[in-house]
This record gives sequence, structure tokens and C-alpha cells, in this order.
Amino acid sequence: MTRQFPHRHAGHCESGTVSALLRDRGLDLSEPMVFGIGGGVFFVYIPYVKMGGIPLIAYRGAPGSIIKLCFKRLGITTRRLRFRDEDKGMTALDGLLESGESIGLRTSVFWLPYFPPEMRFQFNAHHLVAYGKEGNDYLLSDPVFEFPVKCPSDDLKRCRFSKGLFAPKGFLFYPAQMPRNVDLKAAVRQGIRFTCSRMLGFIPFLGVRGIRFLARHIKKWPDKYGREKALVNVGSVVRMQEEIGTGGGGFRFMYTAFLQEAHKLLGVNAIGEAADMMSDTGDKWREFAVLGAKACKGRETCDDVFDELSKQMRALADREEKIFTLLKATV
Amino acid sequence: MKAKDVPQEMSQIGDGNRRACYAQDEHGNYVVVRSIGWHVEDVVNAQAHVEIDRAIESARLEVLSGVSSPLKYHMLRRQMTVGLLAATTGFWRFTVSRHLKLKVFDKLGRPTLERYADCLRMTIDELKRVPATQVADDKRA
Repeated sequence: MTRQFPHRHAGHCESGTVSALLRDRGLDLSEPMVFGIGGGVFFVYIPYVKMGGIPLIAYRGAPGSIIKLCFKRLGITTRRLRFRDEDKGMTALDGLLESGESIGLRTSVFWLPYFPPEMRFQFNAHHLVAYGKEGNDYLLSDPVFEFPVKCPSDDLKRCRFSKGLFAPKGFLFYPAQMPRNVDLKAAVRQGIRFTCSRMLGFIPFLGVRGIRFLARHIKKWPDKYGREKALVNVGSVVRMQEEIGTGGGGFRFMYTAFLQEAHKLLGVNAIGEAADMMSDTGDKWREFAVLGAKACKGRETCDDVFDELSKQMRALADREEKIFTLLKATV
Repeated sequence: MKAKDVPQEMSQIGDGNRRACYAQDEHGNYVVVRSIGWHVEDVVNAQAHVEIDRAIESARLEVLSGVSSPLKYHMLRRQMTVGLLAATTGFWRFTVSRHLKLKVFDKLGRPTLERYADCLRMTIDELKRVPATQVADDKRA
């Protein structure tokens, strides 16, 4: 029961998975579209929550939120299952694949055999699509890879039932029923409004205020943690931004792609303007990453590199505030 | 970012894997452009691995000097913490912590060792040993 799957290379695993599941059911939405409708860009900095000794920093919402919000806004009913029993979870997956469904899975990345060893971390919120089984191998469409891959059943089981933070518990999901017609315009508007209010919210750890908060703290890191640890922290900021499947610039470029599509769909000029501004902002985030990496490598030895990073970050916050205020006023 | 500015620097992603980036084509529209790597990613990735490798190496020395059990070395090699290993094996954290001491580990029975070996994906023989010299640990799996 091998079949062709419309695999497409994506920047981010979660939006790529949702986009692939919809495409397989005849609704061709690009990855940026899914990303934008499902929540879009964000920023989180919570210094009191540490992951592996490093303050929590994220450029997007919580894992699973894109899935939930995107399906909801498009009016698509989904089936979502978790399993206590590992074997039952695998049997259920087999049954669904047998009936020809493509299934979204949440997995750990550490035990996936096709991941290069350098990219393996104990991280439990990776998403991918299973679309078939050949003997003992599952046929997977992992959106962050260029081509479909295969994974032996034992490895996949380990990944689906890994423990720890965000333990997937065999989580699988798929659209159970596709609506006849989707009100894409309304969904896009909803998505943009949601991102605006989230980015411009008043909670100091989140959105634009979160970026400013981090900008203030980055300056103090060398005094607080010592230079070496401070650089490890800077490195992790950059890693979250560029390395963890963001499509570059901490999702900002992907969001630009979404705004461009939204501009075409809704015909609101302000959205096009915001897209251009977002594109520039993405470039500035990249500059921030370059400077951060330089600091980590020890090339930038002057004392005020942390000041400079902080200054750049504050400028980024100002830019994003402007963009989302503009969007909020017009959408 | 323009499509021609997407960095194409051979890096650790390696093995012909490419990453999808979003960048502008000649008409200014954002499309997926594949990248083989960027030095910035390499720098921060290497930094993260240095931290991990340092912990693994110091565990290896502790094992050789008879303080810690090989379990600690293999746990760190799998990038696990006591909490994660406990959740995976179903032992209590307290129990796992005890098993990290060589004296306790040496007395463990076969079923216990099997459980660890299975969760760390190795044989019992492998679980009981550590390499005599530092391993350039790019073969983590």
C-alpha cells in the first residue's frame, strides 16, 4: 500500500506538518499561511524558567498551538489521540494508515535514525507526517527534510513514547472532516489579529515587551553569570532563533511570506507595507545573530558587545511594535 | 533577505541535508530557498555540544577513578538527566541517583541492567564499560 505523498520541504516542523496534512486532503495552503493563521510570530523570555540551566526563550508559541489554532480557525474538525499503552498506540496508527489516512505525529528527535547525530537533542515536540508502512518501516514525510524518509517501527515507537518535558504520549492527529468551503479570508484576519494582540500584550515576558525585557537583561548577563556563561546564554538565544527550524530570522521571514500572501488575498495595502517592514526586521534579526555568534567565538572581545546586542534588540522591539500597531489598526 | 544572500556554507548539517529558508526571489516574493548551512548556526551549535561533551568527559574520568558508575557516562551520552532516565525506565529518581554510584551499580542484578540497557539502547556489556580514552563523540547514537 505504497502511495505518493505530496511532500514539500518546510522551514518549521509544526506548520509544515499541518500544511502537508491539508494538502493531502485537497486543501493547498502554504506553510507560511498555516503558520500565520495558527498564531504566527511571537517572543517569549522567561528568565525564571530554566531549560538545562538556560533561561526560556522562544520565538513562537507553545508546541501544539499552531495545530490547534489553525484547524480551529479554518473550521476543520480534527481527531486527536493520546495513548497510555505503547503497543495500542502503534496498532492504532497502523489501522489508520491501513485505511489510507495520513497522520500527524508528535515525536522526540533524539531517536529518529535519519536525523544527523549533531542535530539530535532530547526535544520532544517535533512533528511529522506518517503516510504508509512498508514491512517494518514507516513511510514518513518529515517537513524539515527535503525528501520523504523511512523509519523502523521500533525507533518510531521510542520517539512517540519518549518521556520528559512535552512528553508526546503517542500523540497523533488528523483532520477528521474537511468542510466544503473554507473561509480563508476570515481565518487570515483572525490570525493576524491574534498575533497583534499577543505581540502587543501587557505581560512583560511576552511579545514586544518580552524582547525589551531580554534587551535589558542581556546587558547585565556578564555581571550576573560571568562572561563565559553569559556567552552560552547568548549562543542559546541565537540557536533558538536560527537553528531550531525557523526558516531563518526567528520565523520573521516566514511571517513575511504569510503577510505577502495575506496582502494578495485581502487587498489591504497596509498589510503589504507591514510585509516589507517585517522583511527588514528579519534582516536585522540576522545581523543580531551574526554579532551574537561573533561574540561566542571570541572574535568580538571588546567589553561592550553585550551593550551592542542589547541596543540591537531594543531597536528590534521598536520595529516590531510599529509593525503590529499598524496591522492592528487596519485588520 | 534576498535569495542570493541565503548563506550556503558547508556545515554540520552535512550528508547532503539542506534546510528550508525563506527568502525573496527576484520579484520580491518570499519563497523557500534551500541552504546547506550557515557559520552562525555552526558556532552556536558547537558551543552547545562543547557543554555536553565536557560533562560526558568528566563523567568518564569519574568512572575510571572508581567514583561513578558507567551508567552515568552512558546517561549523559544520551543527553539524559536523572529525571529523564527515571521517567524512561520507570525507576524512582532516588533509585537512579543511587545507581550512578559505582559501588551500588556493581551489585545490580540482570533485570535492572536490562531495563537500563534497553532504555539507553545498548547491550548490557556496553552498559558496563566506558572507553579508556576520550571519544570524539560524534557517534552519539
